[in-house]
Amino acid sequence: MFDATPLDTGPSEASPRFYLTEEYHPENGTLLGFWLYLMSDCLVFACLFAMYAVLGRSYAGGPTGAELFDLPLVAVNTALLLLSSITYGFAMLEMQNSRLGGTIAWLLITGLFGVGFIGIELHEFAHLIHEGAGPQRSAFLSSFFTLVGTHGLHVTFGLVWLVTLLGQLGRHGLIPENRRRLMCLSMFWHFLDVVWIGVFTFVYLMGTLR
Amino acid sequence: MSEHVAHAAAGAAHGTRKGYVTGFLLSVVLTAIPFWLVLGKVFERPGVTGAVLLGLAAVQIVVHMVYFLHMNAKSEGGWTLLALIFTLVLVVIALSGSLWVMYHLNENMMPSSMPDMRNMP
Repeated sequence: MFDATPLDTGPSEASPRFYLTEEYHPENGTLLGFWLYLMSDCLVFACLFAMYAVLGRSYAGGPTGAELFDLPLVAVNTALLLLSSITYGFAMLEMQNSRLGGTIAWLLITGLFGVGFIGIELHEFAHLIHEGAGPQRSAFLSSFFTLVGTHGLHVTFGLVWLVTLLGQLGRHGLIPENRRRLMCLSMFWHFLDVVWIGVFTFVYLMGTLR
Repeated sequence: MSEHVAHAAAGAAHGTRKGYVTGFLLSVVLTAIPFWLVLGKVFERPGVTGAVLLGLAAVQIVVHMVYFLHMNAKSEGGWTLLALIFTLVLVVIALSGSLWVMYHLNENMMPSSMPDMRNMP
């Protein structure tokens, strides 16, 4: 631990100081650092949303969102992701109570919801491409596949991370390192749900309106 | 450092069952309303529906931030909130700037003699 006390060489104690006499030192730098990563990821998604906002009407004479999107399927997908958010929350509560079995069980349920989400999304993509509405059809579909695909890729990596942590939990239990990792994945998972709010509102629902 | 991690992990009991359930129920309502508005064609004008959808999405994002991500002004000495505000400023600049610039580009680069150019990718 470093010493946060500044050099005290001022001429007198009464003279004003224009610096912090005590540096801020985070209790757990990992969580703050991971939050900063999430904020940078937020910028990535902001750029993709901006791209979709610019190109989302350039249909090139091809199909529009209103013709392509299957809203009930999107509603099921949204429900799966929302349910996975609360089950991850329950896993964190079990972790706070130091119950390993409960943590693993809720994480498994979270993973199943995540797999369901990815499965439906891949089914939707395959259906679109089969109909000739692949990413190369129009600028609208290129930006659609990029934005929604990037989100799906994030969820996929979250699932890989989840499986890895399940292995770590099975091997080492609820050690402090695993708790820290679980809290990082918790932030990641809930963040992806926040991004999905933007996707289903802006891409699917408002795309159907046009 | 390890005792710091252990302390933070043990002392980070932010979430409560009540908080998670409250957030979940609010999210369900805030998700169901937009789908109902669009599928049920509640409003005549799509512009009204779009504005309501964006408003509901903003509220739901705040709900997720508070109840699931446990955002508050005190976490990590206020640095998470500061980073979030900074990011939001950048996001607003990126989104509004892109739309503004591209809208004007489209206006200036589409000759009126080529109306079908608007449908090009």
